Parts: sequence; structure tokens; C-alpha cells
Amino acid sequence: MLDTFVIPLLQIAVLVNAVLVAVTFLVLMERKVMGWAQARLGPMRVGPYGILQAIVDPIKLILKEDITPAKADKWVFTLAPIMSLVPALVVFSVIPFGPDPLYYVADINVGLLFIISVTSIGVYGIILGGWSSNSKYPLLASLRASAQLISYEIAVVMTLVSVVLTAGTLNMIGIVEAQREAGLWFAFIQPVACVLVFIGGLAETNRLPFDLPEAETELTGGFHTEYSGMRWALFFLAEYANIIVISAIVALMFFGGWMRPFPNVEALSFLDLVPPWVWYCGKIFFFLYIFVWIRATFPRYRYDQLMALGWKVFIPIAIGNLVLTGIAKVVL
Amino acid sequence: MLDAYIPIFLFILVALGFAIFTLIVAGLVHPSRYSKVKLEPYECGIEPDTDARDRYSVRYYLVAMLFVIFDVETVFMFPWAVIMDELALFGLIEMLVFLFILVVGYVYAWRKGALEWT
Repeated sequence: MLDTFVIPLLQIAVLVNAVLVAVTFLVLMERKVMGWAQARLGPMRVGPYGILQAIVDPIKLILKEDITPAKADKWVFTLAPIMSLVPALVVFSVIPFGPDPLYYVADINVGLLFIISVTSIGVYGIILGGWSSNSKYPLLASLRASAQLISYEIAVVMTLVSVVLTAGTLNMIGIVEAQREAGLWFAFIQPVACVLVFIGGLAETNRLPFDLPEAETELTGGFHTEYSGMRWALFFLAEYANIIVISAIVALMFFGGWMRPFPNVEALSFLDLVPPWVWYCGKIFFFLYIFVWIRATFPRYRYDQLMALGWKVFIPIAIGNLVLTGIAKVVL
Repeated sequence: MLDAYIPIFLFILVALGFAIFTLIVAGLVHPSRYSKVKLEPYECGIEPDTDARDRYSVRYYLVAMLFVIFDVETVFMFPWAVIMDELALFGLIEMLVFLFILVVGYVYAWRKGALEWT
């Protein structure tokens, strides 16, 4: 009873709160970094250096008026943000933040497959949100978004297969342990896969330079144009939670997860003083920063370029990488 | 074995509960000053004269169909990748044949123009 329900529930409570707080501060970090990149200061009014902005924003969103357009499909309109947010949070159940059971909620032998399947459900939230709004911009944006998500999913999933091939397991803890045994982060064994998964991750989370679904110059607000108040906030939470998920996956699969740098070198064992989950969160934070940095740096793609990149460049590279990995595995 | 999935079901319940709970709380505290114009679909200030659910480009269907084919084929690769150590050379040749068929289909789709977006 205690082991099956109470402890997991406590872990879940901590994890969900951590993700939600991380999202609010990620938004603040994004605004700050974008501000500095453009020679501005970013938010400065609320609290010292604008830190309390992260707390004020959610309160504002709860107090905002929440409109259901007259022509919208009422139930689906409410269901869509929920369907978007729930998968984005549930993925965290199989992400291990450290080696002992205290640091992960569930240890299943098909961890990676679970992550891929659950993150794919998020696309339903987007397409249902756009369709139920019964408005032109959201519908177009949701079609674009879903076409983009499924296009990049093929390349990303195929690339992940080649990582599974290197690791020999789908278990998330097993993948980290395989990196310890190999003595190298998979980023050095599978550099192509690492870059492909990260860029694919940018496309799957609708971030710049692939934020076509929200291209404000042509589609106003994207698939959530008609949303407001808390239902809009749920979409927003889901989007940023997905960014954290992608960062967590890249950090775990290619950069050693919770392990300190050079885990097999005895001389550096003083680095173990820093707990594993801090290492992991530090790595996640690094990739979150790159997400923001890319947003501040690159212009947006055109839609046909985006689809051509996904179908004509990424998929051949993914297949080639898979074949090479397979051959290397047998020959070596 | 299935015990490992109990925390995941708990997690789904908590996530659903959080989403519904916040919507209910927000529903209790947010103001509601409705007007007819506010409830109309947003079209940059112009009054909408046609329904939004109009016909749209067939390309989206094409992408969706290609996705189903390719994604199902990718799913077959996961079990293969996990037991590659035992299959060794036999597994590699099997998968090269499988991938070759996939690539033939891919090249066919490309040559037929299914991947063009114009």
C-alpha cells in the first residue's frame, strides 16, 4: 500500500509542482534572455530584476476572462487543452532523475517507447483545439501544426532507433548505464543522431525556427487564437512542458543523464559531491537555454522549406544513420 | 511486471485532476462580461461571412497517409534494435532487406511528387 500508492503519489506531487514552477521560470528566463539578446532589460518591474513575474503571470491568467466563442464546439473546446497538457506532464513519470528509486516514478522496460507514444498524443490537443474553435486561422494553424509534428516525428523516431541499437535497451535507466559502460556520452558515439533529435525536437515543440503553427504575421495567434484565460494557459503550459521534455530526453540519451562528466575517471570523484539530480537538471537547463538562444537568433522557415527539410533531408539522414549503426554494431 | 505501470496511471489521474481543477477554480474567479461581438470568431476585425470548416489542401491528407506508413514501419524496428546483440549478422541482413523495401516506397513517393509542397 505504502510502496504502490503513497510514495508514488508523493513523488508525482513533487514532480508535477517542479515542472509547473520550472515552466513559469522558463518563461521568465526566455523573456530575460530575449531581452538581453536584443539589448533590452526584459521584465524589471515585479520584484528584484523581475523575478516575481514568474509568480504574477499565472495569477493573472487565472483571473482573466475565459471566452468560449459562440460557434465553437463547447466540449471539444474545453477537452483540447486538457488533452494537450496531460501527455506533456505524464511523460515525466518515466524520466529518471537519478539512479535510485527515489528519483523516478516508474521504471518500465519500454521507457523510450512510452515517451514517444505519449508525446504523440499531444497532437490531438492541437488539432482538436483548432478544429473546435470554428475559426479560420486556428483551423489552418492546427492543420499546419499536425502536418509538421508528424513529419518530424518519423525522422526523430527513426533516429532514436539507432540510439536504442547502440544502447541495446529501451529502458531509460539502462540507456544511461549503457553510456557509463561505453565510457562515452552517446553524443560522441552518435553525433548525427544527437543533432537530428535536437532539431527535430525544435520542430516538434513548434519553436523557432519552426514555429510555423504560431507564425503571428500570417496566422495571428496560431491554433489557440480563440482561446483565452485558463484554457489558453493550459496550452501554454503544455508547450513549455514539452520543451522541458525534449531537453530532458536529449540530456538523458546523449549527455549521460544524471551522471557527472567522466563517470569512469576516479580522479574526478570529488564531482560526486554534487547530487545526481542536480547534474541532470543542470544539463536540462543548458538545453533550455539553447532553445531560447536559437529563438533569439534564427529567422523563421517558410512552410514548404520546413516540409522539404523534414521529408527530404532528415528522413534520408535518419535511414542512413540507422543502417550505418547496424553495420557498425555487427562489424565491431 | 504490470505493477510498474500503477504509478503511471496515478500520474495520469493527477495530471487530469490538475487540469480540471485549475479550470474549475479559474471558472469560479474569472469575470464574465459577455457581448455578442466578443463571441464571434476572430478575423482581424472583419465580420466572417463564410464558415471556417471549408475545404483545405489535399496535401495534409497525403502527409497523414505517408506518416501512417512510415511510422508503423519504424515501430517494427524497436524490437529488432533491442535484440540486435543476439541476432547479429542475420538480424542485420533481415533489417537491410526491410529498410530496402521502405526506401523503394520512399523513392517512389518522392518521384511521384508526394513530398513536394507547392
